[in-house]
Parts: sequence; C-alpha cells; structure tokens
Amino acid sequence: MRQKRRTMLYIPGNNPAMLIHGGTYGADSLLLDLEDSVALEQKDSARILVKNVLKNINFYGAEVCVRINHLDTPFGMEDLKEIIPLKPDAIRYPKTETIDDLKRLVTVMEEIEDQHNISHDEIKIHIMIETALGVQNVFEIAKLCHRLDAITIGGQDLTADMNIKSTKDGSGIDLARKMIVMAAKANKIDAIDTVFVDIDDEEGLRRETEKSKNLGFTGKAVINPRQIDIVHEVYTPTEQEIRKAYKIYKEFKIKKKEGIGVFAVDGKMVDAPVVARAKYTLQLAHINLQEI
Amino acid sequence: MKIIKKAQAGSFESSDILILAENPEGVKGRVIQLNSIVEKQYGNMILKIVNNVLDKFEVADIHLVIHDKGALTPVIKARMETVLLRASNNQKGTMY
Amino acid sequence: MKNSLNRNIPDFINGIGKTDPFTGAWNKLKKGWMDEVTISPPNKAKLPHQKKLTETLKEAIIKTSPKDGMTVSFHHHLRNGDYILVKAIEILAELGIKNITLASSSLNNSHTKLVKYIKDGTITKIWTSGIRGELGKAISEGIMENPVIIHSHGGRVRAIHTGKISIDLCIIAASSADEEGNANGAIGKSAFGSLGYARIDSRYSKQVIIVTDNLVEFPCFPLSIQQNFVDYVVKVDSIGDPTKIASGTTRITKSPMDLRIAKLAADVIENSGYFKNGFSFQVGAGGASLAVAKFIRKKMEDKEIKGSFLLGGVTSYGVDMLNEGLFKTIFDVQSFDAEVSSSLYNNKNHIEISASLYANPYNCGCMTNKLDIVVLGALEVDVDFNVNVITGSKGYLIGASGGHCDTASGAELTVVVCPSFRGRISTINKRVDTIVTPGESVDVVVTERGICVNPNKPELEQLLVNAGLNIRKIEDLQKEVENIVGVPNTIERTNKIVALIEYRDGTAIDVVRQLKPVE
Repeated sequence: MRQKRRTMLYIPGNNPAMLIHGGTYGADSLLLDLEDSVALEQKDSARILVKNVLKNINFYGAEVCVRINHLDTPFGMEDLKEIIPLKPDAIRYPKTETIDDLKRLVTVMEEIEDQHNISHDEIKIHIMIETALGVQNVFEIAKLCHRLDAITIGGQDLTADMNIKSTKDGSGIDLARKMIVMAAKANKIDAIDTVFVDIDDEEGLRRETEKSKNLGFTGKAVINPRQIDIVHEVYTPTEQEIRKAYKIYKEFKIKKKEGIGVFAVDGKMVDAPVVARAKYTLQLAHINLQEI
Repeated sequence: MKIIKKAQAGSFESSDILILAENPEGVKGRVIQLNSIVEKQYGNMILKIVNNVLDKFEVADIHLVIHDKGALTPVIKARMETVLLRASNNQKGTMY
Repeated sequence: MKNSLNRNIPDFINGIGKTDPFTGAWNKLKKGWMDEVTISPPNKAKLPHQKKLTETLKEAIIKTSPKDGMTVSFHHHLRNGDYILVKAIEILAELGIKNITLASSSLNNSHTKLVKYIKDGTITKIWTSGIRGELGKAISEGIMENPVIIHSHGGRVRAIHTGKISIDLCIIAASSADEEGNANGAIGKSAFGSLGYARIDSRYSKQVIIVTDNLVEFPCFPLSIQQNFVDYVVKVDSIGDPTKIASGTTRITKSPMDLRIAKLAADVIENSGYFKNGFSFQVGAGGASLAVAKFIRKKMEDKEIKGSFLLGGVTSYGVDMLNEGLFKTIFDVQSFDAEVSSSLYNNKNHIEISASLYANPYNCGCMTNKLDIVVLGALEVDVDFNVNVITGSKGYLIGASGGHCDTASGAELTVVVCPSFRGRISTINKRVDTIVTPGESVDVVVTERGICVNPNKPELEQLLVNAGLNIRKIEDLQKEVENIVGVPNTIERTNKIVALIEYRDGTAIDVVRQLKPVE
C-alpha cells in the first residue's frame, strides 16, 4: 500500500502541453489517459504521444499510471502492446465489471510482459468501478490478484449507468463509494475518489474531499492542477494530529522494547490498530519513523 | 514505407505540431514545408528530427506541410510517427 | 571594453557619446552624491489672469515655439489606450519639425505609428524605459541612426535632473484638469490613477501642456500636477481608450503553471525570514508575479501578519489587501485598473507618489530603498542570476526596464518568478541576451522545476532547504532545460548598436545590437 497517492492528476493523452508539464504540479500520481479524454479517431495519436512522453519526459518522482482502453474496444490491445514495454508504474483499467474482466487483463499483460522480459509484479493494476455491476462485484474483483493496488470510482460513468442525475452531494453514488472503500480496505489497498468537476468551487472541493477522506478514501482524482493543493491540505494531518501520533508511536517503541503490547497514552488505550493509525499519520506527514 | 494517402496528425494547439502528409503524383523525394513559431531558433533542428523519423521509417517520397507551435522533440517524433502510419495505411487501434 | 558583468560596451557610442561602464549596483551610489551637475528648473514668470486654455493641441504646441532638435516628453500612464503621444508627434511633423528627441517614460503597442516618423527623420533620438510591438521590431532591425537609451523608472528622473534628458516640451495627458493646469489621473471618464511618472517632467520641462478630455471647474483636485508648472491647457474629445487604459479589476491568473510558480514563491517568502509583521511588499501586475499576492494574502490571514506598505505598480488586488487591513498604506506610482483609480481618490491611505520618490536613487532615500520583498518577472535569467526583461528570444525589443532594477536593488528579498521554459524557449540560460538587472540584486529564482538561490545568500538558502523546498543549483536547472528544449540557434546581430541599456545610476550595463537582416 503506497503512502502517498493523495492526488491523481488526470492528463488527456493527446495533449502535449499538459503531458510535458504534468509532473511539475506536485500531484502524487499522474494518470495519462488514453480512454475517455481521447477522441475515437485520435486513439493512435494519443497512444504514440504517451509512448514518446513516457520515454522522454521527467515526472519528478510522481507515480505514472496509464489508463488504457477496455479490451472490448478496438483500442485496448494495441494500448497494452505499446505501453507495457515502457513499464509505467501502473495500468488503470476502466469499466471493470467482473472477475473475468480482470483475469483477461492480467493474462494479456503477462503475455506481453513475457515477450519483453518484464516480471509480473512490476507494473501494478488499478481498476475503475464505473457501473452498477462493477460495484456489485467489487469485493470479488478486489481480492483477485496481488498486483491490484488501487480501486477508483468513476462517478460520471456510474451515474450514467445507473441512469441518475449527478448531484453535488453525490447521494446517488454514496453506496457505491462505501462499497468500493470497504473492498479496498478489506484487501489493504488504496481507494481513490472520483473527480470534482467544478474547478472554480474550491470550498466545494474541500468539503467533498473531507467527506471522502472520512469514508476511507486514501486519495482523490483531480482534473486541474489548481485542485491539488486543496486535496493535499485535507489529507495532511494537522499539527495536533501529528503531535498525538508522535507521542503514541514514541511510547509504542519504548513499550515494545519492554515487551508490552497494550498500554495507555493520555488515559486512552493504545493497541495495535491505534499504533497503525499513528504510523499512517506520521507517514503522511513525512516523518521518519526511524528517528522517533 | 510508401505513402499512399493523405493524412494528418497533431493540432494547432500551443506546444503541439500539425503535420499534413501526402504523396502527390509525380513528386519525387522529400518536400518539406515548415512553418514554426520558433523558426529562427529551432527551424533546422526541427527539420533534422523530421528527416530522422523519415529515415527510420524508410520514407523516400513525401510531401509534408508542418505547422509547429513550439513542440518539443518527443512530440514532433510522436506526431511524425502517427502521420506516417496513417498515410501508409498502417495505423492500428484507432478509428482514424 | 567590458563592464563588470563582462558585457562589451564601446567607450564611445555614436549618437550618445562617452559611456560609463557598469561596475556594480552600489559602486557609484555608495559615494552619497553624484558627480554630474544637476540643472535648474525653468526660469519663468507669469502675469495674473492669463488664459492658458487653447482651442486645440496644435495651437498649444505652436504657442510653445517648437524647433528642430527639440526634446518632447510624455508619460505612459495611458498604457495601450494612449491617443495623445502619436497625435502630438503628428502635429509636430506637420509643422515640419525634425530631429526630435522623444522622451516618453515608456512606449508600447499604441505607438506603432511612430515608425513612420522615425523613418522620415521627425524623430531621431529616443529615451524610454521600454519598447514593444512593431516599433520594437523596427528599431531592433536598425531603422534609427542613433541608439535608443533604455532607462529604469528611477534612472529617468536622474537623467532629467542632470539635463541628459533636457525637455523642451512635455505634454501631459490627464483625466481631469482645470483651466490653470491643475490636473490628475484619478477622476474622469478616462481615469488611469496615479500620475507619478509625469511629475518630474512638469517641473523641469521648459514648456508644459496639459491635455484632458475632462475640463473641470477650477480648482481641480487632487493636484497631481500643479498649475504653477503648466503653460497651456487643452481640452480634447478623448485622451485615450478607457478599455485599454484601465478597465474593471485585475483578475488573478487561472493558468495552472503560473499558479504553481506563485505558490512556490509564496512558500519561499514565508520561509525567508522576511515575512513578518510590518513587512513591505511589491508584486507585478499580472501572471505569476501578481498571483503570489493571492497566496501571501492567505498566509497573512492564517498567521495574523500585518504588513506596512504595498508599493508599485498597483492592481485592484492590492487595493483589496489594503481594504482588508492587511497593509497600512499603498504607495502608488502607477495604477493598473479602474478600481485602483477609485481607491486612490477615495482612500487617504492610498497615496500617489512620483517616480523620484518611488525609485530615484539620487536623493535622501526613495521607496525602493525601504522595500522588504519584491516579486518580479523575467524573460530570461542566466546562471549568474542576471535578468533580461527587454529583448525576446528572437532578439527583438519587446519589454521594458521599468522598475525592475530599481526594486531589485532596494528590496531585502528579490524573488524572480518565471516558468523554466515557455513553449520551446528556455528561460534559464547560460548567458542572457541583454542584462537589465544584475545578478547581485537577485536573491531567488522560482520556477516550476526548482528554486535557485543566489550563492551570495547562503543563510537564505539554508533556511529554504530546511523548510523542505526544492532548492537546486541554477546550473543544473539550466542544463536540464537545455536537455528538454535543445540548444537554439544564436541570434545573429551586426555591430551597430540600436539600444543602450542604462543602469539606474546612469552606467552602461548592456547594449543591444542590430539584428542581422534576413536574406
């Protein structure tokens, strides 16, 4: 489970200006998109552009993921053939609905990886749940393979699939969000929330991000670099939270040496889950656990 | 590679390059018309990159009209590859 | 011969005379006075109840007895909406005046028609802070015999005080004036705010004409220009295009790149040690340089920091910060939008200042001497931190010296913000095409790919490294950008000098040579 990935910046794969500068905005993760943001007649153009960009452009340590087209389309296979050899950090698979979907993807990926001498656990897979069927099957899908690293909810497509209106409070997809988070948590992988489309509504973005963080999402997709800082602020622990976590972890280390597993800090019981949470907070705050 | 039809790739957007390729009757060799917003600074470098890609794909006869808006080398290479595949009817996984 | 920045400056330039090479930002100034003698203001007397109003601008100009070889001056507060400068030159040309020295505080796209008057010998010499557009292109290609002299805002005042710019006639466009010549730019349909650049002209010019499209009942106040310096007053239908002068409010950019750079710059400022109660601040009028104010404003609110004064170059964003109580005062030498003009008129803490008070180093202390933090833009920066804000990547004159070297020299913390490359053009280079601001005045360069601190500020660098900012060596950044965009063809120039870049103390910091004509 990655420690960062608070933000994932979507970059249309056929847009040179955005691809070139994509890594400079401070997003933890980048999604180079060959799917919905690319017109049907430009799928080849985007694929070749992303190929060249992956080879030549510096992304300054951001995680680089590529969203390919579904294997049911005329584009997906070619996407994998061209992109896998370049070893992006992850492949994002859209509209994952069944275990067979994922199995099929993995099989194709492994074939191509074998041809290029790439081991089967280098490139991670992220799945996108964008349909009601996908939501239904997410628990099964999520436990399928160890290279599955994150689940994202695709809010726009999901509301379309469910034939409901997309509302700002997201009530229609609330259950879907929760199920996806639960499936991710059960398998100890990341859950990434869907995009917030109103770029000018900074307060709205903050509110939605707080909500999704409270639900258990570990990060959020963003469509404009302006959204990055706000999401990061929400996911950055406050000074108070950091101090508390520091105290807990420090005490944990001391008690561990003494062979004590459960103890109290500030009158509250501290056991393994509490320590784990403190560790996570400290990691989000980039604090070196060794130095405590 | 033989150019058998008219094709284009790229766009007029900033940092992109629009390349129109064709092989009209009776045209022998490479005829390249370059319009670039960085003509003075990078004109010859752009032509070099274009010719390198043409060499790589072994294209002998082609007529190119290029409108460059300050595209970086990987972008030029990508758009060239795309237009050559399209113009030789070798484009894959697309509805172009 | 080479000046201290290794630029080739001829000892003598035709059309200018002997040159005094740049030897360092404070070398001449540290003496405490200048060697050059200052000239006296005009010696005049006027009998009571004389009529200053004339029917037309032409009539007023004729009354001032224009002659060949005269120097005529203007201000650039009307920005791209100026109607007056070109009109005045047209009139002078009609009257057969030749060999005019034009001393406009800056020149822009509304002055393209001047090309004609250069070609026909009406104008043969120019002193200005900036040149753009078609005019810049033509001058870069060598249409003038005499090189243009580019000065800073502070440097212009010095040049007038010493008579280097010896103004015979100054024509001051004002958005309000009365029949005696009291005038301002704060009120009227063509209001533009501060008249800061014109004050020095009004006091030293042999003849002064006020041109307004809003003649008010006597007395016109506030008195940015005073009647005791004015010879004639003209009312015209329109002094300029209000939409191009100053409309509405200035919006903060939405460009993700500019916002990113601005945020990083604000982080630098926050951790620099200069961001504390009572700090003074200056930002640019747009782009990343203005956007920094947005991030600083939030940090001021979060940390409950109150500033002392804002300086500039003022936009409505600055006015908002003043109204919010984040700063006590605004010192305004140039107003950029309608809301600023209104604030200037209505708020006693929004104060108009002259170019001399703003940036002239040869006095008892101009405002830039008191500035804590300034955020500036750049066309190019080199590995020695020298900044070019005047010539573009093709070699044309496209910008202005303006207040850049003035503010950079005075500010405790000078932050230059710029993208590391624009399109395919690198901003961080081994050597800039033209130096306007010397590297010694620049403390930090902030780009989206890294922040570079001047090696002459090691403590600052340590503070910023400790704060976890992405600090890099400027040479490394330059190499990285070069790898991304490639090495461009060098700009080909002839030996003929088309512009002399004067540092604020009058020394020659660089020259611009003619572009080689295209075959």
